Amino acid sequence: MTLLGSFALWAAFLLGLWSAGLAFFGRWHDRPAIALSITRGSYAICGALLVAAAALWKGIFTHDFNIEYVASYTSRNLPDYYLISAFWAGQKGSLLFWAVVLGIFGALAQALTSTRHKHLLPYVAGVTGLVAAFFISVMLFGEHANPFERLAFTPPDGRGLNPQLQNPGMVMHPPMLYLGYISLTVPFAFAIAALLSRTLDAGWIIAMRKWALASWLFLSIGITIGMWWAYVELGWGGVWAWDPVENASFHPWLTLTAFLHSVMIQEKRGMLKRWNISLMLGTYLLSVFGTFITRSGVIASVHSFTQSDVGSFFLAFLLVTGVVSFTLLYTRWPSLKADVELESLVSREAAFLFNNLALVGIAFSVLWGTLFPIVSEAVRGVKISVGPLFFNRVNVPLGLFLLFLTGIGPLIAWRKASAANLRRQFIVPTAAFLLTGLIAFAKGLHDGYPLMTIALAGFVVGTVLQEFYRGIRARMTMHAESPLLALGHLIGRNRRRYGGYIVHIGIVVYFVAFTGLAFQVKTSVTLSPGESTTVRSPYGHTYKLTHIGVSQYAALNRRVSAATLDVSRDGKRLGTITSEKRQHIDSFGNPTFEPSTEVGIRSDLREDLYVVYGSSPDGTERANFTILINPLVIWFWIGGAILTLGGLITMWPGGAQVRTPRRRAAVQAGYAVPLAGVAE
Amino acid sequence: MRALTRRELLGGAGMLAAPLVAGRLIGQDVMKVLPKDSVAAADRLAEPWLAGRPQEAITAMDNDGTVIGIERRLHCTCGCTLDIYTCRTTDFTCTYSPALHKEIVAMVLAKQTPEQIVASFVAREGEKMLMAPVPTGFNLAGYLVPGLSVAAVGLALAAWLSRRRGEVVLATAKADEARAMAPAPAADPEALERLRRALDEVDS
Repeated sequence: MTLLGSFALWAAFLLGLWSAGLAFFGRWHDRPAIALSITRGSYAICGALLVAAAALWKGIFTHDFNIEYVASYTSRNLPDYYLISAFWAGQKGSLLFWAVVLGIFGALAQALTSTRHKHLLPYVAGVTGLVAAFFISVMLFGEHANPFERLAFTPPDGRGLNPQLQNPGMVMHPPMLYLGYISLTVPFAFAIAALLSRTLDAGWIIAMRKWALASWLFLSIGITIGMWWAYVELGWGGVWAWDPVENASFHPWLTLTAFLHSVMIQEKRGMLKRWNISLMLGTYLLSVFGTFITRSGVIASVHSFTQSDVGSFFLAFLLVTGVVSFTLLYTRWPSLKADVELESLVSREAAFLFNNLALVGIAFSVLWGTLFPIVSEAVRGVKISVGPLFFNRVNVPLGLFLLFLTGIGPLIAWRKASAANLRRQFIVPTAAFLLTGLIAFAKGLHDGYPLMTIALAGFVVGTVLQEFYRGIRARMTMHAESPLLALGHLIGRNRRRYGGYIVHIGIVVYFVAFTGLAFQVKTSVTLSPGESTTVRSPYGHTYKLTHIGVSQYAALNRRVSAATLDVSRDGKRLGTITSEKRQHIDSFGNPTFEPSTEVGIRSDLREDLYVVYGSSPDGTERANFTILINPLVIWFWIGGAILTLGGLITMWPGGAQVRTPRRRAAVQAGYAVPLAGVAE
Repeated sequence: MRALTRRELLGGAGMLAAPLVAGRLIGQDVMKVLPKDSVAAADRLAEPWLAGRPQEAITAMDNDGTVIGIERRLHCTCGCTLDIYTCRTTDFTCTYSPALHKEIVAMVLAKQTPEQIVASFVAREGEKMLMAPVPTGFNLAGYLVPGLSVAAVGLALAAWLSRRRGEVVLATAKADEARAMAPAPAADPEALERLRRALDEVDS
């Protein structure tokens, strides 16, 4: 199978070069057969890469430990679902996974794009083919990067999967992030195609908008699942540590969010053409930069892959892609002039511009913080560390500015807002801002940033609810619909707008959840069986935890030491909570990794009780525990679900085909005027 | 079958009753009832090594606010990206953070101030020991560049947009003036008639 896999990789590599060569130098404009050959190349690359993937999966599922990758990341007793995720657990497999998904997306871009944009497709195929060829070249020519590399001997069992990766979150988190990163290649390819073909109207945006939305959604889901994994698996009780690799996933998310906002201005008003195409090129480069950071080891990160020379491949790719993209942009600059100019600073266009400024500003700030240790070392020759203290200090004000703009954007009219319009629009959100702030203050929230976050959250929610209320009321009046039906039709007819508002609610929920973490309570204690400790939560509840004991037993591919505590809150028993130490073993019973910790979590809407069994100091059931009360954490997952729902609504096909008795109702309301003769 | 002795009968009854008694005792805080040695023997884990690297029991200084405050400012030197406090309460395989913690506790007990303790670590390990660079000298650039950049770009954007807006307004006014000066295009009588009829229908 390794021979077949290697052959498939070579075939896909050559096909990628073939597609790219013909697309960029093949003079296909007048020769339909060549254009067809280029686009069909995408399907062939996809097919070849799927064969390579099947070959590796066969090796993994048949426990062919002669394959170095299979021996390094799997074992005979690894559960089947983790055998699937072992595909992307290591550097080599993840490179192949990346190439395979890119092959699939490249083929889908050809298959799903409307014939209206046919003139862009050979260029798109050329770009996706070239990027796929690059990733395959890393596997073929990089040092120890080929997933089909064989060992000189066959070990009886593999090393197994890192225990921290044996978590449902890690089955989902990396592929989702990869899907986000990889799918960005398609909008990037459309941007390059528009530049090359000099068709710089909104066509390329319409052709790639769903792809950009899909990338954004994949990144959002990937980041949220990553936060969940970090929370339930790592035992530190947080969700975001501003680690360079975490930051690397955040950069393209921020700039892509900015793009999804500013692109609306181009579609509606023909403005910001230069900015939008620059933003798309920049977003793609940031995704490549993230890959470079993760795989090069240039910056210390807990998430980095084993260091190898693939980092230099990515650096070269980043530089070449950047130079080519922006040179192309420079040569097309005059053709990207806006159709109209901004008419007023108090307009939705201006609000979106400042929203873009905030998003790109945060992206820059995070990038600056990530790279500042390198800058410092280069300038001063002094190594420094930049941790959460720095990032929180710099980014919290910018984040609040962004939250404020999230509330403002939908309130201001397009082109130019009048004073009356502003008054009418701002009354409810401003009242919500003041009311929420006052309630939070009265409830004892006196810290500046958290208080401002809660008040601004009220402002944004006020804005969104006002928009929904007005839309529903208008439909009820005009179409005599019930409130629920009106809501359904309102969202169904304008999925992009109202899906976007739902996304805004999801973002607000995230902000509130982050505020909760500022009030985390953490303590450590040693308890013998029967002993109790009490912890007071930020809400004033008193938790009493009584150590019941530690039991030891064997499970599928591990031996477990489980410490159980009896929990009561304010004198009322809630049940038990268990945290584990897991010693993973191979199929011969030999330990494979250091013991890992499984956290015990008891969640409700207000706070999580979070217990970590640290160790047993003297080899008895007497145990060290770290106990945390984490307020509002569940709202991260609720916010993620809301955001995903909004994203799905926004990108769902169709949107204006809802049948309503509009004409009849409009006649009743006096709007439908038979001017057909004039309109002809 | 030999008859059971009184001692054996009592022992059997004791075994049967033990879980019930133990359940009650746990509820009443077993450590106060049984002698410490017998508890330790009874609670010994079958395979202690499975429960991870042995650590010392938690003391009051492990939860001391001053100690934690210092540890949150200092980087663990194990190669992770965590501060000492987070590392020692999260990564139970780390051998560096417990040692650093011990050092800090000793320094706090020796009445050194947090600033002195942090400074001594920085002197020994370098600035990279700090979780965030001190906002002085070149490090100020780290803190100020993002915010200042956003503010500067924002102001420049607002100024540029105002100027462009002025130009747009001027151009629009000129275009309006030109339109007013130009002779009105001849109206299509047929279209005007259709419009008149439509307006009549609206009025009626």
